[in-house]
Amino acid sequence: MKQYLLSVIQPDGEPPPPAVLDQIMRDVYAVQEEMKAAGVWVFTAALHAADVSTVVRVKDGQPLITDGPFAEGKEHIGGFTIVEAPDLDAALAWGRKFAQATTLPIEVRPVREGGHR
Amino acid sequence: MTDPSPSEIERVFRDEYGRAVAVLARQFGDIDLAEEAIQDAFTVAVERWPVSGRPPSPAGWIITTGRNRTIDRLRREASRGERERQAAELLAADEPAEEGVVPDDRLRLIFTCCHPALASAAQVALTLRLLGGLTTAEVAHAFLCPETTMAQRLIRAKAKIRDARIPYRIPDQADLPGRLQGVLAVLYLIFNEGYTASAGAQLVRENLCAEAIRLARQLSELLPDEPEVMGLLALMLLIEARRPARTTADGELLLLADQDRSRWNRDLITEGQAIVRQCLHRNQPGPYQIQAAINAVHSDAPAAGATDWSQILQLYDQLFACAPSPIVALNRAVAVAETAGPAAALAIVDGLDGLDGQSLSDSHLFHAIRADLLRRLGRYTKAARAYEDAIARAHNSAERHFLERALRALPNPPSTSAC
Repeated sequence: MKQYLLSVIQPDGEPPPPAVLDQIMRDVYAVQEEMKAAGVWVFTAALHAADVSTVVRVKDGQPLITDGPFAEGKEHIGGFTIVEAPDLDAALAWGRKFAQATTLPIEVRPVREGGHR
Repeated sequence: MTDPSPSEIERVFRDEYGRAVAVLARQFGDIDLAEEAIQDAFTVAVERWPVSGRPPSPAGWIITTGRNRTIDRLRREASRGERERQAAELLAADEPAEEGVVPDDRLRLIFTCCHPALASAAQVALTLRLLGGLTTAEVAHAFLCPETTMAQRLIRAKAKIRDARIPYRIPDQADLPGRLQGVLAVLYLIFNEGYTASAGAQLVRENLCAEAIRLARQLSELLPDEPEVMGLLALMLLIEARRPARTTADGELLLLADQDRSRWNRDLITEGQAIVRQCLHRNQPGPYQIQAAINAVHSDAPAAGATDWSQILQLYDQLFACAPSPIVALNRAVAVAETAGPAAALAIVDGLDGLDGQSLSDSHLFHAIRADLLRRLGRYTKAARAYEDAIARAHNSAERHFLERALRALPNPPSTSAC
């Protein structure tokens, strides 16, 4: 089994109104439960908004700390889930369920196995 | 090369490469390894066949030789980490190489090459390289890009197949129609790339048309129950049939109405029309089949004046109903001009821009069709402006020359930058 990172690509700014958001959260939770029941769920995290992030680098042995996010853009990762899947098509099928639930694009990216590649 | 019949081995290479790579890609679970194996086997063939004669089953020989030599090589190199694992897997799988044809393998391979997770340009390159057996240099040349760029594109695409684990299989019944659309789009893209006349690389690009037709023919044998595959094959055959007549001796484009129809390829027309009739009989219409039917009506007419435009208009209505797009509406308007006159067509065309939020004003075709309708209505000043708009947006020199000629041919041409 291979692992895939499913990232939610979330637009910056205000979240949707509570009535809409509540439904989204219920749908997302239902997909997570489905993943757990199927035995493919590994990990999930929801993130605070990207403008709360901080970037740290090391320069000449000293930490250099700057206000985040690192990447400029109108969208950032809003949360992520790791699933196990036999191949990309299976991972994309879960990504599609998440996209439907979150109403947002999902980036599906394979996790590198600890090997020679 | 010292081989006395390199052309014959080259022909076998072209005909069997895709099948051989497909079989070994399944057995090895690795496309790169399969390609290396098949290239190696052909290198051996070039040495041996002229001496020992061509084997009774060239494809089987190539597959068996490639497979056995690869396993031997991996065994010899077994001390090197990754290769050791591969050798162990292959030896464990020790499945005899097929002598007969396993059509499913090519089908698997084309669905992998045309997987929607790959960029369109990568899908096209992989399909031509792996199934068509074109060299990287040939693919690069056909797409007018440097060989290193094309090599990089292929390497990245194959790395994505491996690292993201894009599956090597025929999609489930539920996903098949959508995925097949993707495959057909790639083949049609290859065909159109070849059909778009462009100075310089014309011959290579004509090979792309032949390659697209060859691949569609294979696909129609592998998926005989998919009417859209037949539709695409018929569409390409009928368009290809007009190639000898579509340009003048000096490479200028000719409109359908101005072509010398005796130069159309009758064999291709007969074959294309026969497929269209089969499709009509099957009665499961789709966009490619309807476009093929439109082209079949054109090729039925012994002269442009004898074209059955009312039937073409009906087919465009049907096409718009199942695949509505501004481009279809634009082409439909051309049929309207022939049945109801240029004024009615112009009203439709002018109403199209901005429809469905899609802008047609970037398309040279939109302006070229408007220009022609305005010309036929005697509104020459507006026609000239529309030709200029079309010229500014035309992609290749043959199209541009055609439009410039049309602009110059207008009565009382106003002075323009293009003249």
